[in-house]
Amino acid sequence: MTLLLELAFAHIRGRARQTLVAGLGVALGVGFSIAMAALMQGSQDDFVRQLVDSMPHVEITDELRAPAPQPADAAYDAVAYSGLRTSEDLRGILNPTAVMAALEAWVPGTVAPGLRSRALARNAGREAGISILGVEPDREVRVSSVAGDFVFGSFAELAAGGNNVVVGDGLGTLLGAQYGDTIELVASTGQVRSFRISGVFHTGVTARDEGEVYLSLTNAQILAGRPDAVNDIRIRLDDPAAAPGVALRAEALIGYKAVSWQEANEAILEALNVRNVIMYTVVAAILLVAGFGIFNIVSTITFEKSRDIAILKSLGFASADMRRLFLVEGLFIGALGSVLGWAVGYGLCLALGFIRIDIPELGDATSLPLTWSVWHYAISSALAITSAAVAGYLPARRAAALNPVDIIRGAT
Amino acid sequence: MTALIEARNLVRTLPATVPVTLVRDVSLSVEPGEFVALTGPSGSGKSSLLYLLGLLDRPTSGSLSIAGHETGDLDERDRSRLRLSTIGFVFQFHFLLPEFTVRENIEIPMRRLGRLSRPAMRRRAGELLESLGLAGQFDKRPDQLSGGQRQRVAVARALANDPPLILADEPTGSLDSKNSLQVFDILRGLSRDEGKTIVAVTHDLDLAARMDRKLDLVDGRLVADTATAGVAVT
Repeated sequence: MTLLLELAFAHIRGRARQTLVAGLGVALGVGFSIAMAALMQGSQDDFVRQLVDSMPHVEITDELRAPAPQPADAAYDAVAYSGLRTSEDLRGILNPTAVMAALEAWVPGTVAPGLRSRALARNAGREAGISILGVEPDREVRVSSVAGDFVFGSFAELAAGGNNVVVGDGLGTLLGAQYGDTIELVASTGQVRSFRISGVFHTGVTARDEGEVYLSLTNAQILAGRPDAVNDIRIRLDDPAAAPGVALRAEALIGYKAVSWQEANEAILEALNVRNVIMYTVVAAILLVAGFGIFNIVSTITFEKSRDIAILKSLGFASADMRRLFLVEGLFIGALGSVLGWAVGYGLCLALGFIRIDIPELGDATSLPLTWSVWHYAISSALAITSAAVAGYLPARRAAALNPVDIIRGAT
Repeated sequence: MTALIEARNLVRTLPATVPVTLVRDVSLSVEPGEFVALTGPSGSGKSSLLYLLGLLDRPTSGSLSIAGHETGDLDERDRSRLRLSTIGFVFQFHFLLPEFTVRENIEIPMRRLGRLSRPAMRRRAGELLESLGLAGQFDKRPDQLSGGQRQRVAVARALANDPPLILADEPTGSLDSKNSLQVFDILRGLSRDEGKTIVAVTHDLDLAARMDRKLDLVDGRLVADTATAGVAVT
């Protein structure tokens, strides 16, 4: 084998410039693939991280996946109900204390109960429709991403007792109210109560900053007129990736609909997958083009060296040796290009890292999200070497099939 | 002693719309140590027959046995192997690999066979070159040598694996008379002193007359098989 390697290197040395050009073609392909993968993966990771951070990993609501069948429905095929309506809406998770205890027993993370209701916020003649979330402050801190977004105050203020409310800065602007002011909340039952703004947060998501309000769970229950009710249990896991399993188990255990963040964002995650497919298609196309360069050079060598092929065969080399020889040459160019490509890719990533995106509205300048992964290097190299193998194999096969007699005769 | 080459009814036809027959029904047997000339006019099929004997080409029909191996049943790999260990080729042109030094060129068949250790290969290459009057040229590349020197290197390469059979296709065809004689003497010596069997295609009837035996081909057919003087030129 070392003999074949020496022969291959001799051929490549004789075509150093072309080899370098073909290698550079591969290197650029590999380099750009790596940079593109780092950027794609980086932006995807960044996006998913924000997605995961901004919402509970598993959310259990007081809904059922399928409405409970009516007894008559289940008993008789001929019976069908439509437009069925209960006389009074008594929604909420039944027996929340027991449910909470059951979940906390095994969930690897934090579980927080809450009551979600719609209401109206009012101040100085201005009104805004809002969504109230009643929370247990000490648990909420560990579950919600909002805990880290406070401009004034914190969830702890809600625990202190009294009529305190936490609002987004957007809502404050809408209502013309500031930290420390008192606003009125009007429940859907018609009940009106006053609350002092004891905390202001800014998440950057307008819908939340303008439309989300936090009360203590007790206050929320009183305002909604539903004492002891809980209709929203949020779980934050130590490992977000475990969410689908936890959701499945929770749903099987307590019967209510449990939605993991993956399920809630299925469409987005699917779009990300499509994006990845597009990326790898482009990468494969780039490396295919690079493969043509290799094909070209190995082809040239096999034509140029057909006399050597004939003589090696006459000396006692087999066709398989010739095939191996030129395959090795193609692979060598592919490997050379890969290694150069790693450097190119690394350099491009460094360069991209220096780019600052400065949008004044968003405040701080951010750099491009880049994810460094050894897989990007491995995958693009693997594609490059595969392409090189194919590009080398085609001319190698031709070289192996050469009949030495034809060439020796041609020379005389 | 068994024959080194035993050919029976060899036929080689090129498949075409009008098939061309290069070798017609040739049977011959060559004993070890013989120095045989293959002669005939251009296109008489002497080179074609040589390539058949050298396993570079396969006969359309007929059987061929080389050094006791029936070659008809061998696959490409085994034929290559047999060629590597048993047959050395010398062509009209030297066909040395231009990227390698003289010594490396000679080591290539030895390394492919892998019978010797690397230092032993090196030693043997040196000895072969010295015996062919090429001492001091070991590390030159083929293009730094004269035509006669290159052809002698080609002979050394053919001898690398110490094969019993040397096949030569117009080995002196591209050399001037002085170098021709030198190469011829080397072949003569190999046959006489080392017992090599040599089959050489030549159109030079003077040279042919100085070999042991002369085979005449006309139109692909073996028409004459004569014992000749076998006198060395000195």
